[in-house]
Amino acid sequence: MKLARFRGLLIPVVLVALWEIGARVGTLPPDTMSQPSAIAVAGWNALLDGSLLLETAQTFQTALLGLAIGTVIGIALGILIGLSPVLEAVIGPTLDTIRPVPAVALIPLALLIYGFGVRMEVLVIVFACVWPVLIVTVSAVRGIEPRLIEVARMLEMPALSRMRRIVLPAAMARIAVGIRVGAGVALVVAVTVEIVLNPQGLGYGMIIAAQSLRPELMWAQLLWVGFAGWAFNRLLTTIDRRWLQRYQTGGAR
Amino acid sequence: MRGRGIMLKLAAVAFAAAVIYLWQIAADARLISPVFFPSPTRTFAALVAMEERGDLWRPMAATALRMFYGWVLASLVGVLLGAAIARSGPVRAYLEPLLEFLRPLPASAIIPPAILFLGLTSKMAVTVIAFGALWPVLLGAYHGFRSVEPQLAEMAAAMRMKSVAFIWKVALPSALPDIFAGVRVSLAIALILAVVTEMQAAQTGLGFNILMAQRSFRSPELYAGIIVLGVLGLFTNQALVMTERRLLRWRTLTR
Repeated sequence: MKLARFRGLLIPVVLVALWEIGARVGTLPPDTMSQPSAIAVAGWNALLDGSLLLETAQTFQTALLGLAIGTVIGIALGILIGLSPVLEAVIGPTLDTIRPVPAVALIPLALLIYGFGVRMEVLVIVFACVWPVLIVTVSAVRGIEPRLIEVARMLEMPALSRMRRIVLPAAMARIAVGIRVGAGVALVVAVTVEIVLNPQGLGYGMIIAAQSLRPELMWAQLLWVGFAGWAFNRLLTTIDRRWLQRYQTGGAR
Repeated sequence: MRGRGIMLKLAAVAFAAAVIYLWQIAADARLISPVFFPSPTRTFAALVAMEERGDLWRPMAATALRMFYGWVLASLVGVLLGAAIARSGPVRAYLEPLLEFLRPLPASAIIPPAILFLGLTSKMAVTVIAFGALWPVLLGAYHGFRSVEPQLAEMAAAMRMKSVAFIWKVALPSALPDIFAGVRVSLAIALILAVVTEMQAAQTGLGFNILMAQRSFRSPELYAGIIVLGVLGLFTNQALVMTERRLLRWRTLTR
């Protein structure tokens, strides 16, 4: 077990060592492959002067805002469509036609509407993360024990409290999966919009570092983006396990 | 029952038509500034004009081709790597942590280093597309090759099948549905990254064209471009679904 872990580290460690040696000896071009030690220093400095954290905050803020809006739309629409087969037959085809539009194609449009800034990025993120939430919500609502809904009907529960007390809790565990997928999408789209043109956040930081010929900073930021993505995913998994999965048993009973 | 189905289909068409009609009315009434909300008729006219100028098929082909190359590259590497990791313990032990680190990296974050290495070229675009499109195929292939029926593996071992032959004749067909699931996700990602790299690196293509349309405030052309990109996504996905059905027909036949 311990040995297996060791083997996994072998290739990365060897690569980094070769990289460092190659950069020191001069076989690797310094304007693209700055040495790992320089990258570590650049990353540490960017962390200390706060620029990296500021960019991270900007990116995550935007991603989370977009995710929140997209989630609300996705769940609302998903519940309606999931509960009513007629509605699905009527608006489903239109949605299916819009869905394959790559979210990034909306970047120029969002820019045209809002100009640079948070709002244009949020618009693109919302479009991207509505779909996973919507699709999962529809199938989650379909999967609800039909008797639960019958009981609610019999009790003459008003539609809104029927949603809140029966439909949402019963479907929540599965919807959470959709939100997690959406969260990953939101972060990726945020970084992408920033790399393409929006002057804020981690993506923009990387592009600027590359364009101002500071490859060591760019690599440091790339590593940071990877780490941030990984940490974010871990956080969501934990939230999901701690607080949302209990609905699973509640819904199945 | 059938009458109801037809009614619903009609209703679906009517809904789509109503959306377009409302869009037309809202645009004509200038509820929203026509600078970024052109009417459907203006958008369609822009589309026709694009076609006449030769600004439709060539950029579309450029985008589709780059997307295709990256996707094929990703699919080949993904299936090979997925098979190797799934069927061989040592390979898994050596590669898994590295891949686990690379996987959550947003594919577009690769663009700045890719530009440093390869410049603003098509090669850079294809590399980025392939990198981003790799992961779904890799995961699908890994899962597919791992869940090969153990009895089949035992049979093959008893028959002294060579491991390459086993992978090709037994494991691959059984992993194919999972691979296809991954490959389909990859295709969507490939289109997204094709558009992104065009915008970032000024490569000819639909993505670059819509960015140019935005810069000069030609919003009908921008909308037309977005629609064409949507159609491209829709059709490539449909084509893949049809191929999948064809290739996997034996599955439904044997059951």
